[in-house]
Amino acid sequence: MKEVKLFLGPQHPGMHGNYSAHMYVEGDMINKSYALPGMLHRGFEKLMERRHWMGNLALIPRICVIEPDPNEMVYAMSIEKLAGIEVPERAHWIRMIILELARLAANLMAIGGIGAPVGLYTSVYWGVADRDLVLDIFEKITGARVYHMYIVPGGVRKDLPEGIEEEILGLLDYIEARLPEFYDLVMRSPIFQTRTRDNILLPEEVVWELGVTGIGMRSAVNKEYDIRKVKPYARYDQVAFSLPYGPYSDAFTRVDFKYVEMAQSISIIRQSIEKMPKEGPVRARIATGSALRWRVPPGMVYSCVESARGEYGYLVVSDGREMPYRIAVRGSSYPQGLLGVEKYLPGHRIDDASLWMDTMGVCAPEIDR
Amino acid sequence: MKNKSMFSPLKAWKYLVKEPVTIPKKMVFDEPREASDNYRGFHVNDWDKCVGCGTCGEICPTNAITMLPIEGLVESDGHKPERPAIDYGRCSFCALCVDICTSDSLAMSKEYIHISKDADTFYFLPDSKGIHQVEFDIAYNRDEVSELLDLNRYEIEEIPHEGRNQSFMELIKGYSKEMALAEASRCVECGVCTFTCPAHMNIPEYIRSVWQGDLKEGADWLYETNPLSNVCGRICTHKCETACVLGQRGEPVAIRWLKRYIVDNTPEGDFVEAATAKVSRQINGRVGIIGSGPAGLSCGYYLRTMGYEVDIYEEKELPGGVIRYGAPEYRLPEASVKADIDNIEKSGVKFITGTKVGRDISLEAMKNKYDAVFSASGYWIPKVLKIDNKDHPGIRFSPHFLAEARDFTRGMGPMPQFHEDVIVIGGGDVSFDVARTLNRFQRMKNGRANVRFIARKPEEHLAASREEVVEAKEEGVVYHLDRSPTAVLLDEKGTIYGVEVALCETVMDESGRAKTVCSEEKEIIYGTEVYMAVGNDPDFVYFPEAMLSRLKIDRNKIAVNQQGQVEGFPWLFAGGDIVRGPDIISAVADGHKAAVGIDEYLMSLK
Repeated sequence: MKEVKLFLGPQHPGMHGNYSAHMYVEGDMINKSYALPGMLHRGFEKLMERRHWMGNLALIPRICVIEPDPNEMVYAMSIEKLAGIEVPERAHWIRMIILELARLAANLMAIGGIGAPVGLYTSVYWGVADRDLVLDIFEKITGARVYHMYIVPGGVRKDLPEGIEEEILGLLDYIEARLPEFYDLVMRSPIFQTRTRDNILLPEEVVWELGVTGIGMRSAVNKEYDIRKVKPYARYDQVAFSLPYGPYSDAFTRVDFKYVEMAQSISIIRQSIEKMPKEGPVRARIATGSALRWRVPPGMVYSCVESARGEYGYLVVSDGREMPYRIAVRGSSYPQGLLGVEKYLPGHRIDDASLWMDTMGVCAPEIDR
Repeated sequence: MKNKSMFSPLKAWKYLVKEPVTIPKKMVFDEPREASDNYRGFHVNDWDKCVGCGTCGEICPTNAITMLPIEGLVESDGHKPERPAIDYGRCSFCALCVDICTSDSLAMSKEYIHISKDADTFYFLPDSKGIHQVEFDIAYNRDEVSELLDLNRYEIEEIPHEGRNQSFMELIKGYSKEMALAEASRCVECGVCTFTCPAHMNIPEYIRSVWQGDLKEGADWLYETNPLSNVCGRICTHKCETACVLGQRGEPVAIRWLKRYIVDNTPEGDFVEAATAKVSRQINGRVGIIGSGPAGLSCGYYLRTMGYEVDIYEEKELPGGVIRYGAPEYRLPEASVKADIDNIEKSGVKFITGTKVGRDISLEAMKNKYDAVFSASGYWIPKVLKIDNKDHPGIRFSPHFLAEARDFTRGMGPMPQFHEDVIVIGGGDVSFDVARTLNRFQRMKNGRANVRFIARKPEEHLAASREEVVEAKEEGVVYHLDRSPTAVLLDEKGTIYGVEVALCETVMDESGRAKTVCSEEKEIIYGTEVYMAVGNDPDFVYFPEAMLSRLKIDRNKIAVNQQGQVEGFPWLFAGGDIVRGPDIISAVADGHKAAVGIDEYLMSLK
């Protein structure tokens, strides 16, 4: 049979972001593929060198659309480390609530979104609609639905609006009640099971080879490796939660783990609301003067958090000026999204390519930053 | 895991009665849902509050904000005739502009839908109504947590209050490097101060130099517009700080103290280089200057940078005028005055001291000797209050007393004579100079002081700056405010024993102006010596009679054109107190303007 070249993306509903995988297919088997990033290159890292420390707040969330808050968090953590700032206690807890809500929203989108490559469109609508309810909460707290710009160096930008805790708890109850319905709809669906079980495997060697983190790693190497556990930030060391892990990683396990993690996020948010100081400062100044002249002491730090897709980190270098000297982003899907596409996508079928992108957690802007 | 049972499709029936999760089109366009109370929607800007500083545009990470000049708005102190316009093709709705707004005018509303095929409509100038001129509730607004300005001043170090009234040691020690950097970092570089400063000093630029730690550059900026930065860094009336946009919601940047930080901390060599770098060879002509006060010094210095030979005539022994014979040592130390004047001398200005124009050289002779003459003879004749016994020889006046005091503190004369119980009449800064100087002298000589200060107005309406009023009180000057002197009281031997005053009251009239009304009720304030410091008049005696009659003089001020040229006498320029009334920084500005005017005039003759 003749080999044909097929483009998956940049304009393809099965592709995650403006990103392209060039595939050489024979029949419906992918023989060879390579990733072609650069479609949405906005030069984030370079732009950040030309913006004030505070001005970058508008840029950083855009590096990951689905879950922007880890960007804000690692940026803030880096500056706080460099400047030696102590974040107020209440701000730590608010940050955790925001981060977990973001994880919840991202996982809802993922569980719902998995319906698209498997052909189960009901779940897409459900996922997006329920995610919207989380975004409503974000809108009330931060003033925006997607790009929150809320976690700022020194704490959070504003205190929580009055009564939002009850609203969050109400939403959590709703989502918790919805989870079994999602389980019925997606996880127990024969179509879904057929497409995902024992398909798109991620063996332990590949995890070590590429540097896959997050759910991919936990499901493959049978270890509870999660930044929240191994290197706790904010107040994750003061809440109880357990994460799924296992020795066998196929597409089904990885989606299943996301499902389990949603319940964990709900539990973390509930604990945070309970343990959080009810009042107190939520922001510390990072420097003297107006934001146009905030300076961060010279130094180089790497800060990372656990995003829904794995370890998310920023390397921030300051030379003591009002702008960063250099910022490098460690996107959690960078290894599998760039190297994995080339090395491990071949051998799968065309119709599994989108599923591969989805369950490997590829997020194009993280690669194209 | 088991797959679904054969009955599982029945479960789906329950969803038939559930609300759909999708949103109908109607809810998007016709009845859009209301945004949250904190929503970052389209901008609204209260034009009455907005001062046009442009800080929103500075912080904007996407360069979406342009400051547009608005027809009909006039530039004034603290206000620029500009308003921000926002390009929604660039705006990322981050609201940093709202968080940093100096005037509390910018906010974001709940409005969030704008659909148009015309790209130009996405570029708009927000007012309080928003993009479609439909009122929406204000949503996102700054609070104290999201504040991006630093509203409080960093305190400058002063000598201890204890015992400061017993010496002439300078009260203000100055900023440390750390504090100066912190204070400089508060500046938002809007530049409204530059407009307000009479000399239009490059204030944002030199503050930036402080912040960047480049004091040489700072000194260069200072000498662009002001050769008396040592003096102005200490006793300027700092109109710039009144205009500073940070003062809208907090405390203005301590511009004067930052200028002082530059002059105090720039290495001497760099400072001299900054002063002399632009000085030119003497090729363009000769200019004579009457009076070596701030206006004369400034004019002389800038003429030197334009290539003129300059002679400054000074009646007194040392050049400087009011800065050498007026302001007391504890506010303006001799070393600071000397540093400025030495630099001006190094620029090549020649001082002819001890020579009074009109007495030792006539104005006519000067006209013949020089291509142009700049007169800045100042106000040196004290005003006398029209009260009973005003001509008593025991009454003393501020110019003479302060000059004597200055000579004493710089070691060039004896301590002036004074009584043990003295009365100072005034209300302005100079009267406080007199009272505080007397207070110090008395304590130094007698170990005790009795200085009684009389003014017509209450504390909050006094013409003097606030710090003078507070500090004099702290130092032990006794206030008799709301009292108008009516007579100096003499005993039968003809010596002074007190001042009779009428009790007054200051009220606001309908137009909001303070009006003082005095009653018939009198009281006596006791003291054996009276110092009057109620303002000074110019001495125009050096003008020949024929000339004086042709000069336009209105309320002691000579009429001049924009560049200081005296009407009807193209060779004669004037500035400083005799044109504008007393103010050092205005005098510096006059001198600079006149220098430019003289240059243009002389060049036009060639």
